[in-house]
Amino acid sequence: MHKIESKNVNFYYGTNQALKDISLSIEKNTVTALIGPSGCGKSTYLRLFNRMNDLIDNTKLEGQILIDGVDIYAKSTNVDTLRKNVGMVFQKPNPFPKTIFENVAYGLRVNGVTDKKFIEERVINSIQQVALWDEVKDKLKKSAFELSGGQQQRLCIARALAIQPSVILMDEPTSALDPISTAKIEELVYELKDKYTIVIVTHNMQQAGRISDTTGFFYMGELIEFDQTKNIFTNPKEERTQNYITGRFG
Amino acid sequence: MKTNYKKFQEKFIEGLLMLSGTVTSLTVLLIVVFLFSEGLGVFNKKPIDDDFNLTIHAENRISKLSPSQVKNIFDQKIKNWKEVGGKDEKIILFKIDDISDFYTDDQLGKDFKNLSWCINDYIVKHRGVIAFFSKKYISKNFKGKILDVDKIKVSEFLSGDEWFPTARPVAQMGVKPLILGTLWVSLGAILIALPLGLAAAIYLSEIANSRIRNILKPLIELLAGIPSVVYGFFGLVIIVPLIQQLFNLPVGETALAGSVVLGIMALPTIITISEDAMRNTPRAMKEASLALGASKWQTIYKVVIPHSASGITAGAILGIGRAIGETMAVLMVTGNAAIIPTTLLEPVRTIPATIAAELGEAPNGGVHYQALFALGCILFIITLVINLLVEFVTKRKTLSKH
Ligand SMILES: Nc1ncnc2c1ncn2[C@@H]1O[C@H](COP(=O)(O)OP(=O)(O)OP(=O)(O)O)[C@@H](O)[C@H]1O
Ligand SMILES: [Mg+2]
Repeated sequence: MHKIESKNVNFYYGTNQALKDISLSIEKNTVTALIGPSGCGKSTYLRLFNRMNDLIDNTKLEGQILIDGVDIYAKSTNVDTLRKNVGMVFQKPNPFPKTIFENVAYGLRVNGVTDKKFIEERVINSIQQVALWDEVKDKLKKSAFELSGGQQQRLCIARALAIQPSVILMDEPTSALDPISTAKIEELVYELKDKYTIVIVTHNMQQAGRISDTTGFFYMGELIEFDQTKNIFTNPKEERTQNYITGRFG
Repeated sequence: MKTNYKKFQEKFIEGLLMLSGTVTSLTVLLIVVFLFSEGLGVFNKKPIDDDFNLTIHAENRISKLSPSQVKNIFDQKIKNWKEVGGKDEKIILFKIDDISDFYTDDQLGKDFKNLSWCINDYIVKHRGVIAFFSKKYISKNFKGKILDVDKIKVSEFLSGDEWFPTARPVAQMGVKPLILGTLWVSLGAILIALPLGLAAAIYLSEIANSRIRNILKPLIELLAGIPSVVYGFFGLVIIVPLIQQLFNLPVGETALAGSVVLGIMALPTIITISEDAMRNTPRAMKEASLALGASKWQTIYKVVIPHSASGITAGAILGIGRAIGETMAVLMVTGNAAIIPTTLLEPVRTIPATIAAELGEAPNGGVHYQALFALGCILFIITLVINLLVEFVTKRKTLSKH
């Protein structure tokens, strides 16, 4: 069984169709990169996996999205439970105006965990997973805003990891960061693959090439090509993919 | 040439803007100065009508009494001169209306032309007398002593329990019942308006879809534009009878009625300001919370409300500010009894209502008139404090953002 499966997905903002007949499947413990020019629907598509688009008025979805074989848009699906299982990291680091510790503990607390020791262990563990521990261990009680942008983004990843999802969605997680922070996060994504299934939107071709196993190329709401990353980058079947990757448009 | 012209134009506009700024500031300053110069004048005055005198027997040691002593004497709570520091002598109250009990019509003469003589005679003959009558009845060879009354003191003004500005012989200028009345009504209003307003703001900003919001928001803003008399009518016709029946009261005009009406009037302010603050919660913050599996409600009370706390506070304070200064509606529904309230179910009189109701009757420049201005000063100070609070709250917010 595939981890994620998308079957003939159409998505509309009002009358504007943003996604056209997208079908693909994603394997467990892989990194999938979604690439394509601005406005082609990558974010829209990514946000379908944790039903973030539900927040937007006047939208319509056709087709099916299955995670672990379950239709996540079925009436019986609980959205909060789904989002516990499908974590998300956003383009801009968006920590809460709380302490570093409380940022990571947030997901546990809202899910009803009250055991102090458990929370503490999980928080420390998550911060260690994103290799931030040495940098923040002395200031867990300080505001998360005191961290640098790259540190904040790793904190946001730790926050997502703390509730132990099985899928992590990342929407251009390094676009607001400097090269060193970017490298750290790329390394992290590579390591996280062992435990999680990761879908990442990126504008950075090298990044997609470095960290992903599979790549999907979107163009104007359509999925033009979806294949092994090495095939996409060395031997794309579609001319449009070729043009995009070589930087001829987009 | 062209640049010169442009420069001149800019300077000209700059000058105009500066002028209007200056004029506005000066006007505000002028109003404040006027208010305070009139208001503080009351502490330079005696609470006794300028045209009247308090007189006593010439041999009475007392030469000065405080306003409350005079009042207690005329209320017969003080019955002996020794209680106010004089000799042991029973106090005899003389009222000009009773003059015919002591003197015959013949003695008084045609058209009371001997009245001043009779008064003088009465005072000379009674050692314990105290009399209050118009200055014009003081005869040329008046043998009594004119009693001095203390000026109104700030402490008495603020702590006095009684507000009878037209009382005779001395006006009672205690504003405590009015201040308390104002605070009670406003407090009640905010207790009613805050939860309701907050709920409505949450609904509008977080739950209602855009279509409902587009209908409701202008409606609520319209609520702010309704003249307060209309609210007063509404209160008088609906709220007052309702409260009377609900609590089985003799009259429905109570502090509670005022609170309800003011609460409704404060709602638009509270709703619009807190809704704006809530809608300013960064989308990223809300999405972060939801993406971690927090429910909508958890997101509202863990992210949205803390983020907009200062906006909500500002809304609430401005709402109270409006309530405290509100006149017409309150005048119509609170019963206007100047008593110190002990429950919300009693009539109260607020400062603005007092000013509005009494200024027309108070003789220009008199004690009463100036006392009303002093009330205006108190109100001004209260609202000033409120505005400073808002400033403080919003400033703290901008500081914490950086
Ligand atoms: N909230 C929204 N309401 C209406 N239309 C939207 C909304 N969000 C996105 N769209 C439209 O959907 C299309 C796809 O947008 P999307 O944000 O998914 O693109 P993207 O591939 O992520 O672009 P980028 O690389 O710039 O982030 C665009 O045409 C956009 O205008
Ligand atoms: Mg995007």
